[in-house]
Amino acid sequence: MSTRGPVLRVEDLHVWFDLPGGELHAVQGVSFELHAGERLGLVGESGCGKTTSILACIGLLPPNASVAGRVYLNDRDILEGGESTVAPHRWKDVAMVFQGAMNAFNPVKRIGDQIAEPMELHRTAKGRAARTRVVELFEMVGIAPERVDRYPHEFSGGMRQRAAIAMALACNPQVLLADEPTTALDVMVQAQILELLVQLSEELGLALVLVTHDLPVVAQTCSRAAVMYAGRMVEDGATTDLYHDPKHPYTRLLFSATPDLYAQEHIVSIPGVPPRLDRDIVGCPFQPRCDRAFAPCPTIAPPFVTVAPRHAAACHLNDVALERTQ
Amino acid sequence: MSSDAGAPLLEVEDLVTRYPVSRGLMGIIAGRPRLNVHAADGISFSLRSGEMLAIVGESGCGKTTTAQTVMRMIEPDGGRIRFRGSDITTLSHRQMRPLRRQMQLIYQDPYESLDPRFRVRDTVEEPLIIHGEGGTKDGRDKLVREALERAGLSPPELYVERYPHELSGGQRQRVAIAASLVLNPSLLVADEPVSMLDVSVRAGILDLLAGLRRAGLGILMITHDLSTAAHYADRIAVMYLGRIVEIGSAKEVVRRPQHPYTRALVSVAPSRDPRTGSRPQLLKGETPNAVHIPPGCRFHPRCPQAIEECKSVDPQLRPAGGEGQEAACILVGRNEHLDANGGGPGAPTATGPGRI
Repeated sequence: MSTRGPVLRVEDLHVWFDLPGGELHAVQGVSFELHAGERLGLVGESGCGKTTSILACIGLLPPNASVAGRVYLNDRDILEGGESTVAPHRWKDVAMVFQGAMNAFNPVKRIGDQIAEPMELHRTAKGRAARTRVVELFEMVGIAPERVDRYPHEFSGGMRQRAAIAMALACNPQVLLADEPTTALDVMVQAQILELLVQLSEELGLALVLVTHDLPVVAQTCSRAAVMYAGRMVEDGATTDLYHDPKHPYTRLLFSATPDLYAQEHIVSIPGVPPRLDRDIVGCPFQPRCDRAFAPCPTIAPPFVTVAPRHAAACHLNDVALERTQ
Repeated sequence: MSSDAGAPLLEVEDLVTRYPVSRGLMGIIAGRPRLNVHAADGISFSLRSGEMLAIVGESGCGKTTTAQTVMRMIEPDGGRIRFRGSDITTLSHRQMRPLRRQMQLIYQDPYESLDPRFRVRDTVEEPLIIHGEGGTKDGRDKLVREALERAGLSPPELYVERYPHELSGGQRQRVAIAASLVLNPSLLVADEPVSMLDVSVRAGILDLLAGLRRAGLGILMITHDLSTAAHYADRIAVMYLGRIVEIGSAKEVVRRPQHPYTRALVSVAPSRDPRTGSRPQLLKGETPNAVHIPPGCRFHPRCPQAIEECKSVDPQLRPAGGEGQEAACILVGRNEHLDANGGGPGAPTATGPGRI
């Protein structure tokens, strides 16, 4: 690890959506940090707030959302002044590959021109220089440079996803937020794209947040992962530790529910459903579905604390384990 | 296989389904040749009662077309489909109707397959009304409740009056399954039954299907996920560009894949255990479209082991590997094949997740 501080540090992030039926507390205090060249998996089931969290980091939430908390980019809080402090960094320092980005290209504009757009917007390059950069980006993501003048329909799904990644890298960002970048792709193409992301983070020192519901993808791509449940962080640690020594029952159960080609064990689903986020949650949000819930769980919300070196979790079981060792 | 006395529940022989490609008015005037998408291009397999066969492949390989053709939802352009020993390939719609209740389809997306204005009762009762089954309202009601219980929605009173939006994704898929069970079918075709569901509830739906299979139903599961197929199916058929390139017992296909394509698929299936470092064997490019199928072996342009012969010889399925296992590759049994197979990608085994 470098001696420099984290590139991105998110502290106690909250997001509320103002909906016709009331207020929905989608993100309820998320904190994590990310160093240059690091790959962090942000995992959880649908509705757990993983996408909302990263959209909040670059100020791209819809108008009915309110945000609280701090997002430091190289020790400067970019959420502080709202849009005016986020906008200069968006795409330039923190870029994003949106879910389904490969299907979001304008069908009547050449791919190369679309990739040059953010550069012109942020005035990092224009005209011939922008075009040279597009060719450079194409080579970086593994697309033949002679395809710059092609239209999106002339690209396959995997190639369009590569182009979407190239577009995100246009202004040479330090942080790349990738939202389910391989979900709609076939396994073989998925493996190619993941290999590309790993290679980019290593070669460019890019800090990567991989948002996905797919645990095996994170296990094979990221060194660290943060598990979210009901808008909160429940565990954060090295992927090997999360799998071999989980500190939250949800993490263990999620792994046990995931089929593995190489494992023999029967896979088991987790009974019940996540709690509604438009009501206050008392106690641990996972308690009704937990197979190890005990006395404090229904009433006291477990704090998200460090339970081992570089390993944090929000579960009362760790207090018990701690007391036993003391 | 020989232990089974009766005919298989479903037999498919050399099935061909093509979709014509629109040439447009200009194309017709210009006399451009008629082109077809060869979605299923000579598919053969059989399925017994009490067995689950998974058809695995990437998008566009023809797996869904195969399933829909087998159910006569799409007209085949060639081949034979036998259901319980009798040929159904050319039956008219009227003749198919009594058979339809015996073969039911479960769709991928329970958010779309259920009518949002139908209560659970209405959804599950509808097939009974259409087929004139169950007698009186009370009779149908009893069957609806039984079907809900079989689908794991118990007690049924808790669910009958609800609308889809009041149910979770897993519960919706169970309602869809109940609606397919209410007619007491002998064949279930499940097209990606869990891919729209959250990881935490998938196992429940798959366990339900496994239980139905044990109870004697034949299940044809279409999936892109080799890991799911390996865990739940008895046999796996791997499809590539309209053909089955390998078929065999689920364990053998995954542990000792014989076709280079299957081997590549196995190698890219990521393990949930970070310590199980798989060695992805990335194939170049993507599956070509099914309009212009490469000559010879259709996989040869992407095959890491292709030899000159592969460009001209179209390989047929033949015995390879374990008992009942077949692969369509001319290299099967040759030295080059064995060399590449040494320490195949199926070798590592993972331990279960740690405890808390």
